[in-house]
Amino acid sequence: MCLALPARVVELLPASEGTIDLGGVRKRISLELVTDVQPGDYVIVHVGYALQKLDPAEAQRTLALFAESGLTDSTA
Amino acid sequence: MKYIEEFRDGELARRIATRIRAEAHPERSYNLMEFCGGHTHAISRYGIKDLLPGNVNMIHGPGCPVCVLPIGRIDNAIELATHHSAIVCTYADTMRVPASNGLSLMKAKARGADIRMVYSAADALRIAQDNPTREVVFFAIGFETTTPPTAIIIRQAQALGLTNFTVFCNHVLTPAAITHILESPEVRELGIVPLDGFIGPAHVSTVIGSQPYEYFAEEYQRPVVIAGFEPLDVMQAILMLVRQLNDGRAEVENEFTRAVTREGNEKAKRLVADVFELRRSFEWRGLGEVPYSALRIKGTYAAFDAERRFGIAYRSVADNKACECGAILRGVKKPTDCKVFGTVCTPENPIGSCMVSSEGACAAHYTYGRFKDIEVRAA
Amino acid sequence: MTKVRSDYVRPVDFKHGRVDMTHGGGGRAMAQLIEELFARAFSNEWLAQGNDNALFTVPAGRMVMATDSHVVSPLEFPGGDIGCLAVHGTINDVAMAGARPLYLAAGFILEEGFPLATLKRIVESMAAASREAGVPVITGDTKVVEQGKGDGLFITTTGLGVVPLGVEISGDRARAGDCILLSGTIGDHGVAIMSLRENLTFETTIRSDTAALHGLVAAMVEAVPTIRCLRDPTRGGLGTTLNEFARQSGVGMLIHESKIPVRAEVNAACEFLGLDPLYVANEGKLIAICPPEDADRLLAAMRAHPLGAEAAIIGEAVADAHGFVQMETSFGGRRVVDWLTGEQLPRIC
Repeated sequence: MCLALPARVVELLPASEGTIDLGGVRKRISLELVTDVQPGDYVIVHVGYALQKLDPAEAQRTLALFAESGLTDSTA
Repeated sequence: MKYIEEFRDGELARRIATRIRAEAHPERSYNLMEFCGGHTHAISRYGIKDLLPGNVNMIHGPGCPVCVLPIGRIDNAIELATHHSAIVCTYADTMRVPASNGLSLMKAKARGADIRMVYSAADALRIAQDNPTREVVFFAIGFETTTPPTAIIIRQAQALGLTNFTVFCNHVLTPAAITHILESPEVRELGIVPLDGFIGPAHVSTVIGSQPYEYFAEEYQRPVVIAGFEPLDVMQAILMLVRQLNDGRAEVENEFTRAVTREGNEKAKRLVADVFELRRSFEWRGLGEVPYSALRIKGTYAAFDAERRFGIAYRSVADNKACECGAILRGVKKPTDCKVFGTVCTPENPIGSCMVSSEGACAAHYTYGRFKDIEVRAA
Repeated sequence: MTKVRSDYVRPVDFKHGRVDMTHGGGGRAMAQLIEELFARAFSNEWLAQGNDNALFTVPAGRMVMATDSHVVSPLEFPGGDIGCLAVHGTINDVAMAGARPLYLAAGFILEEGFPLATLKRIVESMAAASREAGVPVITGDTKVVEQGKGDGLFITTTGLGVVPLGVEISGDRARAGDCILLSGTIGDHGVAIMSLRENLTFETTIRSDTAALHGLVAAMVEAVPTIRCLRDPTRGGLGTTLNEFARQSGVGMLIHESKIPVRAEVNAACEFLGLDPLYVANEGKLIAICPPEDADRLLAAMRAHPLGAEAAIIGEAVADAHGFVQMETSFGGRRVVDWLTGEQLPRIC
């Protein structure tokens, strides 16, 4: 549930905080719940906290899976 | 917006829809519950139902923490502001939920109660620091996604030595709710609610991981596919469920691999375990008492527990007799089955919680889908 | 010893002074504030006369009047302030009748303690907006309320205009088959305001779109005198205004999400907060409904004007007794764009 969005980390700040960018909108959020985050990484943000890092390779794989959906089987 | 727009592509949606149509066996029905309110909202907002074949039915589950919050707990939150003169900080979602005596947090605010909307738990902590002479209470709601931030601010409050800050904890747990539904007579014995599989919540799963769902798949022999938040994620998850059911499998699959692992977020889980413990039982609006389904603050952080500080007495309040929210939350009825849907009960004047939260089944249907009811009737 | 000029009057302290009850008292302090601030900023023959009223003649024709109260908070925001908003808002309401706005009146309610420096900034912004639009503020009023009884400053503006012959624009004139046009991007103003609200701060490059639209309207009416409806989607946004038209005209509507211009940052900000851009306020945009055969010509006229550069045809009116506004989503499904319920609140779920 819960509105959570993938956003790009643009800057690390003291006290486990960071600035994220979503479509040009920037916000200061907490990175307390994630480890090993670097500028350029994408994180899932919910109520001002990053919950998890987003895995770009997996994201690509998922998109490829969607695209495949229309291509399997000769009959469709 | 990267990782958002690509997952909303209409062309890809049509392709997946074609696949679902091709693979769903026409002689059976597929009854799938999307547990999470965010998925309910996505399904309505993007008109996903339009793209599914008629024998794939989406049942809306109780994964909307606002919808399942009992009236009595909102009454308590209002009392904290009106009787104890506390500054009550809340996420905006709860503001309009109707409580007892014709009140809601919003109406109480209009009458002078100091109730403030916050976007983040951290804001509540800041308000406590900025108002050292006032009691500040954070009205904490939400499933496992929203619980770690509450854990963080309680620990921060302790580190800062704050004496005017407490949390009114109403955090609830997903697996307990799923079990409750699967154990309910309508599902288990009477078979009134055919429930073939689940779309697992997106963001709860980033925290708890995919592992907790393995129990359901095993014990109740129902497949679970954890889906991301975007409409293509939901559609792909539906396809994966259809395939599992066709194959006779009952496994936990993860469609949201870009953010969910089997273990989830260990750090977040550790922080939550440090601050909270299970309540033996908790009342869920529409579901009644559900064992081991909610959290309370541990003794080590008692100083930050609003229930202890203010001696809050919980009084259970029954829903309006005409309200079918309970049945709707359990997937037993649809919004249109409720006698007062769309007439007495509307988003403007909600009778029950399913109409208040924008991801409640009734609000979602009213806002996005009800024009279809009219077309159908006229046809 | 230097001599003090016999006609010396201590000027109003705009740097450090604050509004107090004498400024609304009707006495010397009030007169001085009016003269040194309002009259000087708005600077026209009517205010110079110093009466409680303004005398003027109007060209022959049907007259239009509109009034608006402005209670926006915060008072100053990226792209504007309550002052220019007050000027633009009423000019726009008058213009939406297809009228040429002629004069404005402005009433101010000031809260005791309000900094005069802020007041001066806002009044000067209002005056600049009025001059730029060519619509003078010819009469006004000032009152002061006790501290705690106001949001600092409330402004009410009333405008007068005249409607040229042959122009019949009203919300109840849309017919099935008519085209719906939008003059530009939606959501800018509401998001600019939200960016400053307490507890919801984020840095954006979004500015309010507040603007006077009468020039655009004049160009549109000249190109297409058969325009049926015009309205600026302020509070409640595009979604609410379309529902208003649908109800007034007894038609339904079908709009296309992919055709609605929204800036990427506005979209992102709305995503963040769980808001729907369809319901976010705009202060410098308009919706026009016209017969289908005139739509392309109207679009061209709008795009030729700086305030309509991103104009688009977003949908059409349809026959529908229930008056639903439906939207074809970019995703491919259909949804209803319903009336807004109360105020749109940000959500976590």
